[in-house]
Amino acid sequence: MTNPVIECQNVWHIYGGSVTAVQDVSLKIYPGEIIGIIGQNGSGKTTLVKHFNGLLKPTKGKVLVNGRDTGPMRVQELSASVGYVFQNPNHQLFARTVEAELEFGPRNLGLPEDEVIDRREKAIEFFGLEPLRHSHPYRIGFPLRKLVGMASVYTMRPAVFILDEPTTGQDNVTTRIVYRLIHRLRDEGSTVLCVAHDMILLAEVVERMVVMRDSLLIADARPREVFSDRALMGSTHLLPPQITELTLRLKEQGKLPQVSLSVSESLDVFAPLFGGKSEGGQA
Amino acid sequence: MSGEKPILEIKDLTFTYAGAETPALKNINLQIFEGEYVALLGLNGSGKTTLQLCINAVIPHMIMGDMEGSVTVQDLDTAEYPTRELAKIVGVVFDNPEFQLSQMSVAEEIALGLENLGVAVEEMNPIIHEVLDIVGLSGLGDRSPFELSGGQQQRLSIAAALAMRPQILVMDEPTSNVDPIGKEEVFAVAAKLNRERKMTVIMAEHEVEVMAAYANRIIVMDHGEVILNGTPTEVFSQLDVLEKAGLRVPQVTEMAYRLEHDRSAHWNSVYPVTTEEAFQRIAPLFGGKHD
Repeated sequence: MTNPVIECQNVWHIYGGSVTAVQDVSLKIYPGEIIGIIGQNGSGKTTLVKHFNGLLKPTKGKVLVNGRDTGPMRVQELSASVGYVFQNPNHQLFARTVEAELEFGPRNLGLPEDEVIDRREKAIEFFGLEPLRHSHPYRIGFPLRKLVGMASVYTMRPAVFILDEPTTGQDNVTTRIVYRLIHRLRDEGSTVLCVAHDMILLAEVVERMVVMRDSLLIADARPREVFSDRALMGSTHLLPPQITELTLRLKEQGKLPQVSLSVSESLDVFAPLFGGKSEGGQA
Repeated sequence: MSGEKPILEIKDLTFTYAGAETPALKNINLQIFEGEYVALLGLNGSGKTTLQLCINAVIPHMIMGDMEGSVTVQDLDTAEYPTRELAKIVGVVFDNPEFQLSQMSVAEEIALGLENLGVAVEEMNPIIHEVLDIVGLSGLGDRSPFELSGGQQQRLSIAAALAMRPQILVMDEPTSNVDPIGKEEVFAVAAKLNRERKMTVIMAEHEVEVMAAYANRIIVMDHGEVILNGTPTEVFSQLDVLEKAGLRVPQVTEMAYRLEHDRSAHWNSVYPVTTEEAFQRIAPLFGGKHD
């Protein structure tokens, strides 16, 4: 079996010697996994993922990245393999133009200049930043600034990509760019950790969900199982996507064997009820 | 609602920010009636915020630009009354709570607006108690606003707006910076004010499933224009128009639309917009037991 790319061994994080943010979390993340990390603000999810790129070190326990203990490692050493896109892009952006921002990472990795420019251009195209290439990152609106934050991490092509609330404040068009990013990262074999409250996004893109509550990891399962567990969802005040809620109500009445995670999935289930084509689905 | 007088009337409104080449709002005509819960949908930059700034008279008094047409709130033409006067009728809650909180305590935050209105100090306490009670923050008057959770901060912003006794509450993506518990809290308070106090609510929001459940009217903006205006069922049924404008519809509406259009299914009724509506349509089709 492949080795985990990230492994937490009984990780604790206690801020200022008194505030326990993460309690005894053990977790293995394998290369290529797409994982959602959910829970309320203050549940410990951001604290947990900040251990993966060395921004935080455990108070107790160990975090291994590619088998190496992060304890003695610096953020700079880890940033080539673990990219972290902050929830607030202001914590991350510093260059004077979007172009310069997108060149910084690859140049810092020591890549040749033509590769630096190539990565910059690919990121501009993928994230739709062409009209903003000469703008100062702080002079563009918050949602687009977040895309610049994602783009700048993408230029580094880290093996592990951590997205913290990527769709917060985004409208449907920019949210779609986030979907495409996660799909592309999956196709490229990257490991993606997505900390999010956006259940529609998670239901459609992740294969595994880690649920945090009050500094504890309380569940680690497939999204279909997590969303079907009303007690679990209720205890974290999270609501499943509307289509999942609908199919969950039908499942609870014994009418459906399992919930749907997306509208597309639900079409296969419902089409036959209305004399429509099931298109070889699961109906 | 015919015959009734609108609480807000917008006529032929066009607004261009100073220095901008194209108008941010183009020929807007709207009538909003007392007690309505109106959701404003549109992409970032479609004109939702500009429209809200016209309703509370920040435009044209505090933001430079070229305004044509008129905005009338409770018979007051906003061009003729200062923003301060309109604040008694239109309360505003922005997307980022920290943006509008500045005081040392929750109570002072509310007192600030009252002071600006010239309310005597001895009259403030009962008002502060009342509005904190409405938003569920009783007993937190002495706390620092910055110790509150995101949801509590937004409810404080609502309380501060309520202290001015507005009849219209304008909210600009009030939950975009709060977590799911906070979202629930903010939506619940807005719904309660609308239901129990006939407060007119005008909320810009991206979460279409939530707006389908709460709003009685949906107004869709695209490139500065109102492109759709109707009940949630009327508006969300126009899925093709909304998609062209880059917007989504509630998942259950998309499901029904795609069953008809992509799967030759016979939905044979209006599209659902809420989970409950979809459930009522679908559950009986399975036969057997249903409750």
